[in-house]
Amino acid sequence: MSTVELTINGESQRVEVSPETPLLRVLRDHLDLTATKEGCGLEQCGACTVLVDGEARMSCKLPVGEAAGAAITTLEGLGTRESPHPLQQAFIAENAAQCGFCTSGILVRAAALLERNPDPSDAEIRTALRDNLCRCGAHNRVVRAIRRAASGGAP
Amino acid sequence: MSDAPERPLPFSLGQNPNLDDWIRVDAERTVTVRTGKVELGQGITTALSLIAAEELDLPLSRIRIETADSARAPNEMMTVGSMSIEQSGSALRQAAAEARRLLLDAAAARLEVSRDGLTVGDGVVVAPGGERVSYWELQGGRPFGVPVTAAASPKAAAEHRLVGKRAPRLDLEGKVLGSARFVQDLRFDDMLYARVVRPPSRDATLAEVDDAPVRAMEGVVEVVRDGSFLAVLAEREQQAIEAAATLREHARFDGAAPLGDPEGLHRRMAGNLRGSYPLVDGTPMEQPVPPLEVPEGAVHTVQASYTRPYIMHGSIGPSAAVALSEGDHLTVWSSTQGPALLAPSIALVLGVAPDVVRVIHVEGPGCYGHNGSDDAAMDAALCARAVPGRHVKLQWSRADEHAQEPYGPAMRMDLQASLDGGGRVVAWSHDVYSSTHMGRAIPFGRRSSLLAANQRAEPLRRPSPRAALRPQSGIHRNADPYYAFPQPRVIKHLSAEAPLRTSSLRGLGAFGNVFAAESMMDELAVAGGLDPVALRLSHLEDPRGHAVIEACIERAGPPPGRGPDPQRPRGRGFAYSRYENYKCHAAVLVELEVDLASFEIHLLRAVIAADSGQIIDPDGLDNQLEGGFVQAASWTLLEQVGFDGDAITSLDWESYPILRFDQVPEVETVLIDRPDEPSLGAGEATTGPTPAAIANAVFDATGARLRETPFTPARLRTALFG
Repeated sequence: MSTVELTINGESQRVEVSPETPLLRVLRDHLDLTATKEGCGLEQCGACTVLVDGEARMSCKLPVGEAAGAAITTLEGLGTRESPHPLQQAFIAENAAQCGFCTSGILVRAAALLERNPDPSDAEIRTALRDNLCRCGAHNRVVRAIRRAASGGAP
Repeated sequence: MSDAPERPLPFSLGQNPNLDDWIRVDAERTVTVRTGKVELGQGITTALSLIAAEELDLPLSRIRIETADSARAPNEMMTVGSMSIEQSGSALRQAAAEARRLLLDAAAARLEVSRDGLTVGDGVVVAPGGERVSYWELQGGRPFGVPVTAAASPKAAAEHRLVGKRAPRLDLEGKVLGSARFVQDLRFDDMLYARVVRPPSRDATLAEVDDAPVRAMEGVVEVVRDGSFLAVLAEREQQAIEAAATLREHARFDGAAPLGDPEGLHRRMAGNLRGSYPLVDGTPMEQPVPPLEVPEGAVHTVQASYTRPYIMHGSIGPSAAVALSEGDHLTVWSSTQGPALLAPSIALVLGVAPDVVRVIHVEGPGCYGHNGSDDAAMDAALCARAVPGRHVKLQWSRADEHAQEPYGPAMRMDLQASLDGGGRVVAWSHDVYSSTHMGRAIPFGRRSSLLAANQRAEPLRRPSPRAALRPQSGIHRNADPYYAFPQPRVIKHLSAEAPLRTSSLRGLGAFGNVFAAESMMDELAVAGGLDPVALRLSHLEDPRGHAVIEACIERAGPPPGRGPDPQRPRGRGFAYSRYENYKCHAAVLVELEVDLASFEIHLLRAVIAADSGQIIDPDGLDNQLEGGFVQAASWTLLEQVGFDGDAITSLDWESYPILRFDQVPEVETVLIDRPDEPSLGAGEATTGPTPAAIANAVFDATGARLRETPFTPARLRTALFG
């Protein structure tokens, strides 16, 4: 057990935890940031995706000690009801989900994509989301929503 | 809107006649509507809210919706079978119309005017002279205290201003902002976290366990052992995960029953039967199986056998539940499809009165049928009883979910059909073999299908599967052809108990049966040199079916041809079915490309056309139809549960792959609205035609006929080159 200092959604956090603990568990269990989901714990489904210094990373096996010092962004930090991220607005506009369990990880990965490539093609969007699984079959809506966000909100 | 003579009440209203169980006018300018159904990601809360808002002349934003809770009405049993709009929707529409009528009566009395000239906008009733009074002034916070009588008439379709138009999903904002809480996300003060340690297969038993090392671990509060049920409770989830891994190392299991060889599975199915039931007018009968004959006049006869393996529901989130044992009472928060059935089913296992257990629905990841949610609720209940007064959140691991959920059963369909010289189908035979699709826990008798119930020291044995002898129940769903064939021979065969645990997966038998029947339609067309779509149309009497097929073909446009690369031939395939022969009509057309080097199939495009009667929310309908296509395409191309001698080998997403973003094709959907026809369930409608459309497209591209899902490269290579 040791003290780990983290910067999450712009706020400094100190948690008493083994540095080997996965970041996902610290987010959910210590900080009650439950938007980031546990889907498999095996880095296979993408439900736990967060931004670490702007890069999309799965958090379910990422030791929290490795994330210390980095800027971590979860879905809660992407936008708020008053000031939503363009992707959040676009997902609502396109009804781009069914159950919504995989949505958090997809939104976070899409945010990383748009930072890197502000005007991605459909194929680039699909390739970027390859590691995020969706079981409901909302894939095409998600692609449309990301394209909408990239084009400034126009469908 | 005049009051109509009494008509029969919708079924759910007959079961739950009190208006207050459905509609409450709140004190604070909202109306609360209740349903006995649950949100599974299918958008039902949005659709039902639309219906209530429509009848009450309220904007959608004034509606609050509460979903199923076993402790209160309305009780609508389960959210299954694409029936929520038909059942809860028709009940809520009538209840809301009744509430509006009562509110207008009260307004007329309050304003001392005739009821006839009153208008309503945003819950404010206005008289011709300008006098006004609101729903909230009239009824806010006070119950109606009357039963629904069927005296009020719902609006005619032409008067609808919300129903039939695209609506924003009510549950989406919270999910997109990250504020929504799934059952996996519930937090209570003092909550403990639990994980189970399950035997490697369902008949294996826990021989011994040394829990001392686990009890010494930091944060561990309790180890629960009850026969072969074993779980650990800790202060934090990570501690529970680590403790469960350690506990497994110190547990020894015995008597794993062999699961058999997956290779011979479908061959064995037909030789190991519990019963065979010929369908008479769609209903399976306990009578002798008629012989299979080729009639006189048959010119082309085709015989073929089709199969599907065990398939997972594959929820993206592992099953979880929260339970609290307080005094005599037990409360469970669960993403079950049926709180009203699960509560007494848990009570039966615990040996307590049914009303001792309350199950409250909380949203979970999409389930697509009976997945592990109910089992996790039972597990959580057992854990909570060990630590009274503390909430316990129990969550399965990914491996638990893959290995323990009740799978959609393996199926085998043997078909034989004949054409005469004039292109008419003169004989049709369909034998379907499957183990049960009906594995849900039922609160009757002394048996239970809940996993932990079978594993306790004093177990309830699992039920012995019995054939459901009703039209369109599990195995034979959509086995009865919807085409006008002379005296089709359709036989339901219930296999003896499967080596793997099985239950209801989206569409139940329809996936296998329509895959087989709509593949056979194309095989017959090929044998007779006929156009496959024309063959369907010439045997389909329902004009709504014709309209759906024609709309799909028209949207698809001219055939794309073979494509530019002879090593990557392209093809197009089509299939149609009417779900359960009385619900949504769905036609699916697929264009794909086959890579002759890798034998992989790449979906390029899909077109869906559907008629589900009156459309409530076209976007919600589109989402369900397309989602059903994508999921069924994933089953068709990729999915089968692996097992070897004594264990499941599909334990994660690498050993059980599903379709990914870059494998999902563009999908276009054509919706045919029938505003004056009843709404028909659509959530499962595309799952049947999808595998047949893909198989037919592969044949069109390559001449290879695939009759076993999944369509792996090895199978395609064999079909092409033997």
